Amino acid sequence: MILDAKIPDGPLAEKWDRHRFAGKLINPANRRKYTVIVVGSGLAGASAAATLAEHGYQVQVFTMHDSPRRAHSIAAQGGINAAKNYQNDGDSIFRLFYDTIKGGDFRAREANVYRLAQISNSIIDQCVAQGVPFAREYGGSLANRSFGGAQVSRTFYARGQTGQQLLLGAYSALMRQVHLGKVTMHTRREMMDLVVEDGKAKGIVTRDMRTGAISSHAAHAVVLATGGYANVYNLSTNAMSSNVTAVWRAYKRGAFFANPCFVQIHPTCIPVHGDYQSKLTLMSESLRNDGRVWVPGKAGDKRPPGQIPEAERDYYLENKYPGFGNLVPRDVASRNAKEVCDRGRGVGETGLAVYLDFADAINRDGIETIYRRYGNLFQMYAKITDQDPVKQPMMIYPAVHYTMGGLWVDYDLMSTVPGLFVLGEANFSDHGANRLGASALMQGLADGYFILPNTIGAYLSCCTPGAPDGSARIFADTEKEVETQLARLLAVQGKRTVDDIHKELGRLLWDHCGMARNSAGLQQALARIPQIREEFWHNVLIPGAGKELNQSLERAGRLADFLECAELMARDALDRQESCGCHLREESQTEEHEARRDDARYAYVAAWQYRGTGQTPMLHQEPLTFANVTPSQRSYK
Amino acid sequence: MPSTKIDINLKIWRQENPDAPGSFQQYSLAGLSTDMSFLEMLDVLNEKLTLEGREPVAFDHDCREGICGMCGAVVNGQPHGPEPGTTLCQLHLRHFRDGDHLVIEPFRARAFRIEKDLVVDRSSLDHIIQAGGYVSVNTGGAVEANTIAIPQQIAEQAMDAAACIGCGACVAACPNASAMLFLGAKVSQLALLPQGHPERRLRALSMVGKMDELGFGNCSNERECEAACPKSISIRHIARLNREFIKAALFAE
Repeated sequence: MILDAKIPDGPLAEKWDRHRFAGKLINPANRRKYTVIVVGSGLAGASAAATLAEHGYQVQVFTMHDSPRRAHSIAAQGGINAAKNYQNDGDSIFRLFYDTIKGGDFRAREANVYRLAQISNSIIDQCVAQGVPFAREYGGSLANRSFGGAQVSRTFYARGQTGQQLLLGAYSALMRQVHLGKVTMHTRREMMDLVVEDGKAKGIVTRDMRTGAISSHAAHAVVLATGGYANVYNLSTNAMSSNVTAVWRAYKRGAFFANPCFVQIHPTCIPVHGDYQSKLTLMSESLRNDGRVWVPGKAGDKRPPGQIPEAERDYYLENKYPGFGNLVPRDVASRNAKEVCDRGRGVGETGLAVYLDFADAINRDGIETIYRRYGNLFQMYAKITDQDPVKQPMMIYPAVHYTMGGLWVDYDLMSTVPGLFVLGEANFSDHGANRLGASALMQGLADGYFILPNTIGAYLSCCTPGAPDGSARIFADTEKEVETQLARLLAVQGKRTVDDIHKELGRLLWDHCGMARNSAGLQQALARIPQIREEFWHNVLIPGAGKELNQSLERAGRLADFLECAELMARDALDRQESCGCHLREESQTEEHEARRDDARYAYVAAWQYRGTGQTPMLHQEPLTFANVTPSQRSYK
Repeated sequence: MPSTKIDINLKIWRQENPDAPGSFQQYSLAGLSTDMSFLEMLDVLNEKLTLEGREPVAFDHDCREGICGMCGAVVNGQPHGPEPGTTLCQLHLRHFRDGDHLVIEPFRARAFRIEKDLVVDRSSLDHIIQAGGYVSVNTGGAVEANTIAIPQQIAEQAMDAAACIGCGACVAACPNASAMLFLGAKVSQLALLPQGHPERRLRALSMVGKMDELGFGNCSNERECEAACPKSISIRHIARLNREFIKAALFAE
């Protein structure tokens, strides 16, 4: 099978226009005869569902939360990028496109990324119109701040709660459509499987998390906006219930999984403090605008930060990368933090932390200004660590944060299963091998508000309007498979808890498929993961029953899929013998120990096809070509 | 402050399903690090219960960063526990003493239903938003973002209101189980911003009407909501809601 991304012809700047003109439309009066299922209610899902309903489609929305407003998009802190150039500092659509594709280390499609940059401005307009309270200047115009990987100020923000405010904007649009009867909400429903018949997506099977009831839902098209799979590492900045299940089930039903090994490790998180720890907390990258990263110049220096004189501090990012300083992209910041800690210069009890110091910024701008910018982040840090970042520098360390990989989609955001569309973090597009800060919100909303509603019509126009046409038998069969798997899980009655096994998997992946990877480690992971999976299926202990609210069973189902996904990640990482984006492949370094990308051999999207239990998945390559930018070795010096 | 180890005695509300009668069960946990969060303590309890062959305590939680609004329980009579401006997930054991007794129960209100143990159905809050907590603008119909200048101070006040995480602690804290703070925060945000003005009258009337219909009580100025709110949202927003409501009731068509 040859992967066809269906990139439109024509000059880069005209592709999206031409595509929208070429695509088939559905008459407004006919749209109500089509049903679309949207799974997930974060930025991508809520915005897509609301917009599709505005267009007149019948929309069914499923979320595992008690309310669509809980989706993990809500936790995004720093901001959203757009090419408005309000600061008159040299920004443009082309520059946002260039920064994003360069930030992604030239592992994303030009056409997709350019479209994202084009749409970025409309997103800001839309959100302002919804009443999103973005930060403003005294004159009343919108304020911007700068972010890692860019030399312009193009990030719009609402204090440190930008994700919350944008999600509540999309949520309110969704609630309006529920009120108008165009969207039916299904809360506390977890998608358990995708129903595929004749190679096309026909609906989903869900579990009611309150009662355990399994049911089927048919539609003309299914949209997955179910987020990323960073929780495969157990400890990550993702919310506790973020999971891979919906995406994984779709993969096992024929959707290709692209670049599973592309995982972003965020440089500014609160360090790990104990083995009971349930999750890692992100401190927004925007803090690096004013915070200076440093460690003691000498290894083993245990003096408190205040007693280390200026001359004995190593502001390693500023020294090594004078051009970008503390604002180098996330992967560079993370890798350097790990490097200084590995050399024994880390700080804090565990030695696995570096300082992020606001003293200079407070002296320069005053404490009020700094508090207005980061007040809630400072409070959050103080609450967790019991230390005041105004009085002493923060301690930070990298943590797993975001997965650039996801289901493969074409330019229409359709997966390799016709009728299955994938949005937001759940798909693989746009961020390449590394996502820049404030770009996830942009992508989620671009996909949901502006792209999918303009591309789904082309697929739906080929479906017969009226009742969706999946057969009763295929739904019954899929339901049965779901019931069987749940019964199997409950029947194990072993000796280890779900969390215990998840921790083991997480440590293994962090050690061998984290920031730096090598062939021997990945092979070790590939040997070990099936053993942990075996252990899980023979020794997991799940209390309670299936037909009730059972949080252990929910977690077990998700872990079962993580245990399979982890293997695919390691396999993909092993295949990619180049350093690229977020991760360093130890065999592929420059003499200065910087990442060395290998365009001659790896300028492709790795799309994996499931071939059955126990079978090695098949790798398909979508070559990446660059006609408008020249892939350069990234340098932030 | 360096972490130490403490013992905690728990009395937790257990209820099998919405229709079952519930009761308190007692548990003891020893040697908990004071750096541990409250929910991590419940994780530790649940791991222990699971290994002992007993049913773990069901509780809602997700982001564990104090922003998703999913977590929440009443701890010794206070929603989200004793620390002001703090969600349960951001509450740490360093605020408790060795040997403390903690009574943990779900958010209770007529408009909330207990699903199991500490898990509560708060979808009534979504229904209030559905009644008008939005600006009716379709995707694509927006003017250029900088067209309407909004004074910084107004934007900041709107943001103060918009910070609500919809956890329902205000309802659980109120002797009348009123959702006025939740409602006030949304009405206030949209009344402050020019984008919300065209629909402000209808919004106030319709959202208050829905709140009454769902069985929430009314505000009698107890200020318990403000004290319990993990985002410290001020009852000034209730005052603004009242002004909006009165104006709407007087001048509506």
